Amino acid sequence: MSVFSTVLARDLRLALRQSADSLTVVAFFAIATVLFPFGVGPEANILARIAGGVLWVTALLAALLSLDRVFTVDFEDGTLDQLILSGESLSLVVLAKVIAHWLTTGVPLIIMSPVLAVTLHLPAEGYAPLMLALLLGTPTVSLVGATGAALVLGTRRGGVLLSLLVLPLYIPVLIFGTAAVEAAVTGRSAGPMLMVLGGLMVLAASLSPWATAAALRQAVE
Amino acid sequence: MSCEINSTAPTLPLVARFRSAMVRRMSGDGFTSGRFSGEGLACRRGGRLVFAGLHFSVAPGGALVLRGPNGSGKTTLLRLMSGLTPSSSGHMAWDGTPVDDRDAHAARLRFVTHLDAVKPALTIMENLAFWMALWSGKVEDTVILKAMEALDLQRLSAFPARLLSAGQRHRLALARLMVAPAPLWLLDEPGNALDDASLTALAKMIADHRARGGMVVVASHGSAFVEGGMTLDVGAFSPKTPAHWSEEEE
Repeated sequence: MSVFSTVLARDLRLALRQSADSLTVVAFFAIATVLFPFGVGPEANILARIAGGVLWVTALLAALLSLDRVFTVDFEDGTLDQLILSGESLSLVVLAKVIAHWLTTGVPLIIMSPVLAVTLHLPAEGYAPLMLALLLGTPTVSLVGATGAALVLGTRRGGVLLSLLVLPLYIPVLIFGTAAVEAAVTGRSAGPMLMVLGGLMVLAASLSPWATAAALRQAVE
Repeated sequence: MSCEINSTAPTLPLVARFRSAMVRRMSGDGFTSGRFSGEGLACRRGGRLVFAGLHFSVAPGGALVLRGPNGSGKTTLLRLMSGLTPSSSGHMAWDGTPVDDRDAHAARLRFVTHLDAVKPALTIMENLAFWMALWSGKVEDTVILKAMEALDLQRLSAFPARLLSAGQRHRLALARLMVAPAPLWLLDEPGNALDDASLTALAKMIADHRARGGMVVVASHGSAFVEGGMTLDVGAFSPKTPAHWSEEEE
């Protein structure tokens, strides 16, 4: 367990020292979302209708922006070799890195989302389901994205390849995340959608660290 | 009688393992490790056979210096010894038992590659504390201070590593060897970018490690810092036929 907490603490400390990286993600989320009222027009009912979907899509793209870096820096400076040689389970190291990624990008996105929902005229009853859906969905985004990031490690222009690889895998999260907001706004219960999101998270949490570790071992061969 | 033997036999390895663990813990410094060896090793990179039929053996307290021209496979052999790269044939053994559990093998070695694995945003102290926590599960300032002193880094301990020169960064990578003991050191060109004083410090580190029963494998062109080690010419195991590259070979 000490490996898990050591890697988590180090990654959080590095993120804090290089806070520009996390801020870029939040700034991208904000700017991309604010573009929509300009593009679609200021009509409140149209914006309210698309608010859930817009917030989810921009959140996914913002998270994708940072996923590229999860393993690249460690790979290039030789830290990854040493982490693999730590003698402890690599899946645990991966899980620590993914949680650190979620804490430094997923959580700021969740906190930022209600502020941006205001600019899109999201009805009041949609706020709580939106944040809950993001809370359950963004860990899946980090977990699946980490597997993709490990697979494209060492390739040229890996960032572009990563988007092609993982964006299709985000479709279930996007469907149920948007549906949760939609359900709450139209007066139905968001519960079932949130449960599916929770299920997806459990599925990703049990499979992704293992697959990511295998991809990382392959990358350093 | 036979019943007694049958009942005690399975416990014997357990007792032995427990005893060796106790000895390791109690002796503090000094390793109770056995011989590290490899037999019939071959490695293929990008379809090209780098070396084949290679064998080596290092005894406790011993040193092995890998030599050979550029591209002869010194780094590849070190990565193979560390378990990062699988061999295409042959096998390695630790104390007579085959090395098949990569994590267990990794726990008894330290590998200094040509990449320094230094985090520029962390101070020297924090860099070393991270590796110490990762490898030994605890952080002791006295141990880290000793490691920094061994490579003359203590004056810089509070500096962020991004301010270090290439040589200082490499010294920081070498200081990692001192924060958590492991019987086998794999060093890839450890003398690169080091000044004379640091080379002397490295030679002392290696000598101390071997005096405690540790093993060292060094890939190097100049081996002034390894005294009385065996030499392995990796180039002698490369295939005699001229190397050519083709897609089909993969």
